[in-house]
Amino acid sequence: MSEHLESAVPRGEPVLSLRGISKNFGAVSALTDINFDVHAGEVVALVGDNGAGKSTLVKVLAGVHQPSAGEIFFDGKPVKLTDPSTALDLGIATVFQDLALCENLDVVANIFLGREKGPWHLDEVGMEIRSWTLLNELSARIPSVREPIASLSGGQRQTVAIARSLLLQPKLIMLDEPTAALGVAQTAEVLDLIERVRARGLGVLMISHNMEDVRAVADRIVVLRLGRNNGILTPDASNEELVSAITGATENSVTRRAGRRAQREHSNEASS
Amino acid sequence: MSQPPDGSPNTPLLDRADVRVKHATGISGAFEAFITRVKSGDLGFLPVIVGLLIICTVFQILNPVFLSSANIANLLFDSSTIGVISLGIVCVLMVAQIDLSVGSVSGFASALVGTLWVNQGWPVLLAIVAALVIGALIGAAYAFLFNWLGMPSFVSTLSGLLAFLGLQLFLLRSTGSINLPFESPLVSFGQLLTVPNWLSYALVALAAVGVFLTDYRIQQRRRTSGLSTQPMGTVAIKALAILVGLELIVFYLNQTRGVPWMFGLFVCLVIAMNYALKQTQWGRAMTAVGGNPEAARRAGINVTRIYMSAFMICSTLAALGGVLAASRLASASQQAGTGDVNLNAIAAAVIGGTSLFGGRGSAYSALLGIIVIQAISSGLTLLDLSSSLRYMITGAVLAIAVIVDSLSRRSRMSSGRG
Repeated sequence: MSEHLESAVPRGEPVLSLRGISKNFGAVSALTDINFDVHAGEVVALVGDNGAGKSTLVKVLAGVHQPSAGEIFFDGKPVKLTDPSTALDLGIATVFQDLALCENLDVVANIFLGREKGPWHLDEVGMEIRSWTLLNELSARIPSVREPIASLSGGQRQTVAIARSLLLQPKLIMLDEPTAALGVAQTAEVLDLIERVRARGLGVLMISHNMEDVRAVADRIVVLRLGRNNGILTPDASNEELVSAITGATENSVTRRAGRRAQREHSNEASS
Repeated sequence: MSQPPDGSPNTPLLDRADVRVKHATGISGAFEAFITRVKSGDLGFLPVIVGLLIICTVFQILNPVFLSSANIANLLFDSSTIGVISLGIVCVLMVAQIDLSVGSVSGFASALVGTLWVNQGWPVLLAIVAALVIGALIGAAYAFLFNWLGMPSFVSTLSGLLAFLGLQLFLLRSTGSINLPFESPLVSFGQLLTVPNWLSYALVALAAVGVFLTDYRIQQRRRTSGLSTQPMGTVAIKALAILVGLELIVFYLNQTRGVPWMFGLFVCLVIAMNYALKQTQWGRAMTAVGGNPEAARRAGINVTRIYMSAFMICSTLAALGGVLAASRLASASQQAGTGDVNLNAIAAAVIGGTSLFGGRGSAYSALLGIIVIQAISSGLTLLDLSSSLRYMITGAVLAIAVIVDSLSRRSRMSSGRG
């Protein structure tokens, strides 16, 4: 794959554009005047501190919340995401942080929830085969697709949620903290998966607290701070730049430690 | 591990590639899997069937008439009316709601049929359809109150209980009750008509063949698609057990009165509801909404429409139950649908194993639950015991059913089965 050579340059047409999106909950402004684009074949990472509005933004784009102001363009056309099924029909698939799975249903039923094959006579065999194919593509480790979701571990549930988002062949996938509940190997698998999705020309919007993951796959990093745009960086931006964009301060433990390290190296050089 | 006869033994089946999971095979394996499921709190119909066996044994010892063919036929007549109402309760319980007004709605529907048909001279079918439509509208009203005004169904249906009882009393204010013509097909349907013997055997055989063919086709499809399959022996034994068991029951009933048509109608409704809940997109959505409404909404399910359908089906079936009760009693009276009808209908669904917590249940729980309740009632009547004891025993059985539900739910949680 050759994404790393052209990381900063958006490749395709913008799939999703946000213009001046704001969202108020009563007197609280969760989002104020957010602007950014996601292009086809591009991974955009959305980073920010707790309470920066990342999850609210994802919920707005998934049709769970409606924005108080601003416009959303999808494939160049203005769209109104009035409810989750509108977003799904347009081709925006979302993996929510709280995974939004039904614990009383089995894996197959969850993957196909709301999109079952054969509305008047469920095609259970067909759905089971498709589920295994999707899960195998993600090299998932699910013991049985006929067990209720309640019996699966956090990582297995994450895999089911991602498999579900891929079912509809979306144009844009949003992942809210996709690796938070995962082990080392599964994290690597999810990051591989994100690269594979990008290679297929889909847009990916990924929220993460994990800067390593962000650097590993993101083409651009959009920083939110207190519900506002606070800069768009490239993955080769330094840690200090990122942290100061996220926290809004140039003076913090990361910069101090970096400063100390630089000083120590300097004195080591001097002594040797 | 079972291998498809046509597949190479080296390629694992699509769903059996993970070596860490134990998979039961064969008939003994199916039995072991059943034991494991029960231990982890997934009881299914086990408690209600055990309860029914205990009840039958006790009453049969106390009074040998209890299990006589004629008494069972009578019991099935009585079960059908409240059973149909209970089937609607299963629907609302699936989405974790409740309808407390089913008794009043059934009484109101019977009063409506009596008034329109006997007093106003409408054709009987038209009167029944009118009652069912009114029932559906009542359900739509509850759904409106719930979806758009956020009124808990517990409260809206409680007020409905009073309101429709009042309407029923108003409709019958002049006479107190309306007698339905005894020779009419509606009354003979509720009191006399039974399925002809040959037809009852044929229908049971048809059902068993249907079960076998469906299972067989699914197993074929799984085999050709590289999924694990049940051995053909299990499929055949299941169908054979259904065939022999049901034919014996029908044979026993045919010794005297036979299988009531009304019970046949009830069983058809149960089978249709079971199909709708288990095999259609609507049923999947009902289960999802009962389990996690927010997840269902995010999956693009129209949650308000699902609630609407659940409430409307419940009230429509309550109205149908009222019509059947009127035909059973050959009258539409001010007492119809009052007393314990409401709570028996709800108790039947819960005793049959439909969870009060939503997202878990089956249409068959209405069938099994109402037979338990009617068996208790019939047994106590045969013993000449007063209704005071009947209420107490039914109450105790309901309490046991809810305790079993709560305990098995806790057990499911601790063994991770939701």
